[in-house]
Amino acid sequence: MPNRAVVFLKVLVHLACLAPFLILAWKTYHDLAHPGAVALLGPDPTAALSHGTGFPALRILIISLAITPVRRLSKSLGWLVRFRRMLGLYAFFYACIHLLVYLKLYANLDWPTLVDDLSKRRYIIAGFSAWLILLPLALTSTKWSIRKLGKRWQALHRLVYVAAVLGIIHYWWIVKTGVLDPLKFTVVLAIILLARPAWLLIDARRRQRRMAQV
Amino acid sequence: MLIHRATDLPSSEITPKADYLNRRTFLTGMAATGVAALGADRMGHWANAESALAAEKLQTVKSPLSVKGEILTSYQDITHYNNFYEFGTDKGDPARNASAMHTRPWTVQVTGLVKKKKTVDIDTLLKLKPMEERIYRFRCVEGWSMVIPWAGYSLSEFIKQCDPLPRAKYVQFLSLADQKQMPQINQSGIQFPYSEGLRMDEAMHPLTLLTFGLYGETLPNQDGAPVRLIVPWKYGFKSAKSIVKINFTDKEPPTTWNRMASNEYGFYSNVNPNVDHPRWSQKTERRIGAPLFKQRQPTLIFNGYGDQVASLYNGMDLKKYF
Repeated sequence: MPNRAVVFLKVLVHLACLAPFLILAWKTYHDLAHPGAVALLGPDPTAALSHGTGFPALRILIISLAITPVRRLSKSLGWLVRFRRMLGLYAFFYACIHLLVYLKLYANLDWPTLVDDLSKRRYIIAGFSAWLILLPLALTSTKWSIRKLGKRWQALHRLVYVAAVLGIIHYWWIVKTGVLDPLKFTVVLAIILLARPAWLLIDARRRQRRMAQV
Repeated sequence: MLIHRATDLPSSEITPKADYLNRRTFLTGMAATGVAALGADRMGHWANAESALAAEKLQTVKSPLSVKGEILTSYQDITHYNNFYEFGTDKGDPARNASAMHTRPWTVQVTGLVKKKKTVDIDTLLKLKPMEERIYRFRCVEGWSMVIPWAGYSLSEFIKQCDPLPRAKYVQFLSLADQKQMPQINQSGIQFPYSEGLRMDEAMHPLTLLTFGLYGETLPNQDGAPVRLIVPWKYGFKSAKSIVKINFTDKEPPTTWNRMASNEYGFYSNVNPNVDHPRWSQKTERRIGAPLFKQRQPTLIFNGYGDQVASLYNGMDLKKYF
């Protein structure tokens, strides 16, 4: 893939990743500026902002995790890795707003409520842990950090899988028993996580076959 | 700033009808172009959508049991933000899918511990007692709330006519469950028909409303047409929709959400800010339709109906019988 095409694609990916935020920001601005008008955020603006940031966080995070297995499908897909960092950072960006929405609109910036939630509510513990994991990953996403940390960088950044799993658990734990909406995310993440051992297995088989031919 | 609605304005006159009218115009247009090619099944669906939308005006008298000083949730929000899992689990699904339900003919079976089992036609039920407009707070166990002008009469009026035996201690309500009219019924992992229940004294309480309408018109399908229950001091899921059977029993009837997760949804499920849902706090709620930073407000014990209903639970540990 020529460099110029990658740059062009990057612009598109930026736009796609920013779109949910820009739309939410516009709707929020509109609703606050025109309190009498039909609310663009809908009947439940708190939930609209919470879902509207939580879903992009999870979606973008899962897409970023898909890059490595998809890249292995063909040697010509190597350029995909150049999108991984930006996707990870966008996922973190949405996770941060998601957290802020919770702090202000759910917990009302009330310390006892926060302590209560963080000690008792398992979906909040899972979600907050996912954010806590993403935080150092975002902070060490610079070229300088990669160089500085060397091998440890890769080990550290494998934690992103834990963050994604926690994100999905967070989703399962907030929906009511019997509601199967998180299933789609779970299946996609499971495929991505299984792709790694699957590739290893395929590689091992190939090597064996080559050995047998010799 | 809260702007209060003039109290003398009948709610039916402030019902935003634009939505309906647009859709009706569309449907009438379809009919006019002679869409015979759609086939019988399809036509049935359209015709039904038409009848479902043709909400009828209900004659109501104002009830002293209405709450005062609350802003009514808009008709649009009450009819487009629903939990009715037989039509899908998204809040917007019932408004999209419920038009497939036929609310005529409709009968309600009365069974169990009664002098004489019977089947009552919906039109008989509608005329049984004068219809009242009751403005109630509605609090969902998920943490959101509305204020809704329902139309109906006290369930006790109907129960009296059912002649329950003295042995009857509980009333069970069963909702419609029909794959044909509810194609999304298997979307969730929930067992239908939806079942709910009340203790006899709860069912006989004057606040417990057998409900046929809102905003002065018959219920839209997504809100539980043609007849549902409203128990304003309990979480919303206790108020069964689209009721087809009322069963009198001497044992606590099994209830749908309790069967799904008994640690989360008790039989009583009275609104109580002091008893957390295991997964979230119930201390506050989000008022639907309120501005973003004004949505959150404290939840009231028994949803604010404590004066009238607390005595039903004298001596009961509300943490144990949640």
